[in-house]
Amino acid sequence: MSMKVSTRQVDGITILDLSGRITLGEGSVTLRDSIRDVLAKGSKKILLNLGDVSYIDSSGIGELVSAFTSVRNAGGELKLLNLTKKVHDLLQITKLYTVFDIKDDEATAVAAFAA
Amino acid sequence: MPDSTASRVSLTLASSLESVDQVERTAEDFAARAGFDEDTVPNIAMAVREAAVNAVLHGNAYDPKKHITVSFEANSDALVIRVADQGAGLDPGTIPDPLAPENILRGSGRGVFLIRAFMDEVHFRQLHPGTELTLIKHRAPAQPAA
Repeated sequence: MSMKVSTRQVDGITILDLSGRITLGEGSVTLRDSIRDVLAKGSKKILLNLGDVSYIDSSGIGELVSAFTSVRNAGGELKLLNLTKKVHDLLQITKLYTVFDIKDDEATAVAAFAA
Repeated sequence: MPDSTASRVSLTLASSLESVDQVERTAEDFAARAGFDEDTVPNIAMAVREAAVNAVLHGNAYDPKKHITVSFEANSDALVIRVADQGAGLDPGTIPDPLAPENILRGSGRGVFLIRAFMDEVHFRQLHPGTELTLIKHRAPAQPAA
């Protein structure tokens, strides 16, 4: 199963709801293209909802890191929402858990973006 | 009853992402049939997937003339998986540490690290040409009867 992305706006924050697998190939490319499109539209506050991401490999982890640096380099903020246990564990193992700002509640996450 | 005696599966596959997916599914099925638990099976499958990605992407560079070979073997002590490519060869000593501060924000380079994290032993062998990774997961010691 490949990855799907749907985009919505909440209080000026762009939320990307991701579902499926973020792996080498289609999933990673879809995520990269989605982030590029959001930045191109001028949105710089991005929340990635990973609650329905069933699987992520090292390529997908790398793509999350690239998304983080792309948004930051554009002067924006990227946060992660609703990590599954598997994704949580992978970010712990790779020491990325402290790099990302990770939330488990959407309202809290939206409120945490700088005004 | 899982088959914990000697059993073996071998695959020779094209250098493609479809092959990577097939290797991952085979790893998941094989590890489950070999009796590994539901927490361990996905980790084994991920390690094998990462090894297959390395073989297809970095080893064979998607070259249609080159193949990857993958073998799965289970015995009473362990699961042993070998993943080989026909590429230029990989020196594990040259792989940067993805946890180093200067590498932590890199967009790639975590595959071998995850393989090592999820398997008990990882060995590299140069095939001239190519590289063979051997991934070993030991069975947990049997629990004494209550």
